[in-house]
Amino acid sequence: MIVNLWGTRGSLASPGPDTVRYGGNTSCVSVLGVEGTLLVLDAGTGIRVLGRNMPGEIRAIHILLTHLHMDHLQGLPFFDPLRLPGVEVHLWGPASTTQSLEERLNRYLSPPLFPVRVRDLLSEMHFHELDGSTVDMDEFSVLGQRVVHPNPTVGYRITSSTGTVTYIPDHEPALGAHDFPSVAEWTSGFALAEGADLLIHDAQYSDVEYPLRRGYGHSSIHQALRFAQLADVRQIVPFHHDPSHSDDVLDKLFAQAIDDVAAECKVTPGMEGMTFRI
Amino acid sequence: MPQHDIEIILSRHLAEHLSTPLFIVNPAGDLIFYNEPAEVILGYRFDETGVMPASEWATVFKPYDSAGNQLFPDDLPLVIAITERTPAHKTFWIHGMDASLRQIEVTAFPLIGQGGNFLGAVAIFWEVFK
Repeated sequence: MIVNLWGTRGSLASPGPDTVRYGGNTSCVSVLGVEGTLLVLDAGTGIRVLGRNMPGEIRAIHILLTHLHMDHLQGLPFFDPLRLPGVEVHLWGPASTTQSLEERLNRYLSPPLFPVRVRDLLSEMHFHELDGSTVDMDEFSVLGQRVVHPNPTVGYRITSSTGTVTYIPDHEPALGAHDFPSVAEWTSGFALAEGADLLIHDAQYSDVEYPLRRGYGHSSIHQALRFAQLADVRQIVPFHHDPSHSDDVLDKLFAQAIDDVAAECKVTPGMEGMTFRI
Repeated sequence: MPQHDIEIILSRHLAEHLSTPLFIVNPAGDLIFYNEPAEVILGYRFDETGVMPASEWATVFKPYDSAGNQLFPDDLPLVIAITERTPAHKTFWIHGMDASLRQIEVTAFPLIGQGGNFLGAVAIFWEVFK
């Protein structure tokens, strides 16, 4: 499978000369299978660029939303395939105890927040809520499990014949833990990440910033690398970079964290436009 | 390695920050975590015992009612929370590890996750000082 990063920024799109290398678009990652199945992970502003670079022959798309915070949703109505008749779009997301996924999406995709409603989109939309079990999506087997982050939020473990990719863009496994990372069975997200070939994971803060933002639902870069170490992944791509972190700041933070943690896995800080082949 | 559900993990993290004794059991009634204040009541340390089957931890307590009659397990709040999946509260007496009789209040409630999944139960203890 081919994994592409279309959006690597957390919380708020941050374009500008200081974020050119790591990228300013919010979370969006595509996973293309060897048989042509396309999974789109989150619909941050990066999804707009993906929409303009779609393989022409794709008629069905699975969009896997981890949660409905705005930075993971804002690009959805700007995703070109949603405006094309005949395209089958399956939207997956976490269940809520109060409203369906479609109802919650309609809260954003309706006036006064946005002029276009879901029902006005021309593609054939199907909504699916995850219940914690593994789902077959053509050539992929996808496990969506809840992780520590405010409001219903899941991470995804995507397995095909060529390998496993885990995607947890918003995740604070260290929240409340006395000795993070402790034993695996008491660590949020472990079952999703265990032994993955590629882990794409939240790394929003520095270790200095994390104590000031505890409970916001994100990890420090050091915590992300330690989580990858615990889960024994082959490669980690830390991303969901804080909007206040420039390219130069991120260079220094990653160099320091890689040196401090000395994780056995390969560490590749996530940059917009990167491609990984699994 | 299996991982606990997120609701159970967060319950443990909460328990680790409380000064009141707190027990977490799984749907089978096995004691999967107890915090440091609970270690004083049990007389064991979680790091040493790990998970304790219901048949084992239940024997540690010998609960009595106000008349001195021993309570049946089915009358205990934690057992009610597991078997009936409803919150329960009771005041009763137990012999502490120092053999003194202590009056305690216990509130237990089931943990119901997203989609109505039954994940276990939590019990919080307070010693009554009158």
